[in-house]
Amino acid sequence: MQNTRPEQRTIRFHVSRFHPENERGPYVQSYEVPVHEGMTVLDGLHSIKDNLDSTLVWRSSCRMGVCGSCGMLLNGRPGLACTTQILKIAKTDLSVGPLPNFAIIRDLVPDLSSMFDKHRLVHPYVIRADEAEIHDPSGEFYQSAEELEHYLQFTYCIKCGCCMAACPTLATDARYLGPMPLTAAERYNADTRDGGQRERAQVTGSSRGAIRCHYAGECSRVCPKGVDPAKAVQLLKRRLVLDYLHLARKSEPCKKLKGEGSGSVMPKIATAPAHTVEARKEPENLLQHSSSATIHRP
Amino acid sequence: MAAARHENRIGLWGWIGGGRWGIERYAYSLHRLTGLAVLLYFLLHIVVTSLRAKGIYLWTGSGFFHKPIFRFGEYLVFAAFAYHACNGIRLVLVELGVAIGKPIEPVFPYKTSLRVQRPLLIAVMIVALLLLAAGGYSGLTQ
Repeated sequence: MQNTRPEQRTIRFHVSRFHPENERGPYVQSYEVPVHEGMTVLDGLHSIKDNLDSTLVWRSSCRMGVCGSCGMLLNGRPGLACTTQILKIAKTDLSVGPLPNFAIIRDLVPDLSSMFDKHRLVHPYVIRADEAEIHDPSGEFYQSAEELEHYLQFTYCIKCGCCMAACPTLATDARYLGPMPLTAAERYNADTRDGGQRERAQVTGSSRGAIRCHYAGECSRVCPKGVDPAKAVQLLKRRLVLDYLHLARKSEPCKKLKGEGSGSVMPKIATAPAHTVEARKEPENLLQHSSSATIHRP
Repeated sequence: MAAARHENRIGLWGWIGGGRWGIERYAYSLHRLTGLAVLLYFLLHIVVTSLRAKGIYLWTGSGFFHKPIFRFGEYLVFAAFAYHACNGIRLVLVELGVAIGKPIEPVFPYKTSLRVQRPLLIAVMIVALLLLAAGGYSGLTQ
């Protein structure tokens, strides 16, 4: 019988370490890890923690490229540790570091709160004049399959922060919103149920918004979900320009379905539970650059 | 007490750390560098021409401004301007949604708008090279 056990190789992991209470800055620690084909970087980190160094810290959860927790700098390139196979990117050595452009909390754990603060600023939810319909809907909104395609690609974002880490503009300009929040803005602007484009434009059209992007394309190149943030940002720019020049097609948020059997709430649908988390107050340093930004109920 | 953080912003290295990454990143970095170079040239140009008000004519006679190294410097400024202008046109087109395609369903292996606009980038680079060649020929024959 043929031996199907995969061949093992030893890869030297060069892992960035940082402990805020013990060190002033990060340093690199090396580990020799036995690796077999199909093993992911996350598997390698688990192997280090189990067998070599139990103090190593990182953030991960789903192990299948869905939660976006394990974004790291792998051989100088942002990516998900759980979907990156070691032998695909390393022959003998592999460097593993925290995502750049984010402060390091410890070892491989970046502080993503700056990204989520910016995400909140673009109002990443459907905004309508008939707000009561959102919280207490009386029926379905009409949206065709073609209209869905205008934004479907951008809904796959898992907020891993890889695009923010790869963006060269964000590397030198901390005020820039970055690819992820701008993609979220375009995702909702392109949604025919939404009417909040003007509200978002106060932030996305400002000096820290979409116009700062010069299409280096790194965000799209590193995105582990194929969201193509560079495309979303360019489409957002076009939207802003056409709106500024009053050339945009006039459109209202879509109406509810009409006709028999549609447009009404189906019975026995459970009502939404009460909010368990209060709306968070926006940080002062973010609000001062976007005067119109307001806190909305999530 | 909040725990200490270590800032990890990569700064200017983010511009030039293209490494094995895509051609658009090099185009981006060069666009920024040529923009700064042309801006610096304009500032120096204003300084030099404003000296005329004080009766100083730096470009007359056979001084530094007539040496070959200065002529070469002028050509570099022209090259920076030509590249920045051509690439700027590409960026304007892309920002207006030209040559980037429509949103698509992300199916692995993922396709990005970068590949869609690559022909535009190549065309623009060819135009920039033609301008550089024409500028160089013009400079040599004068």
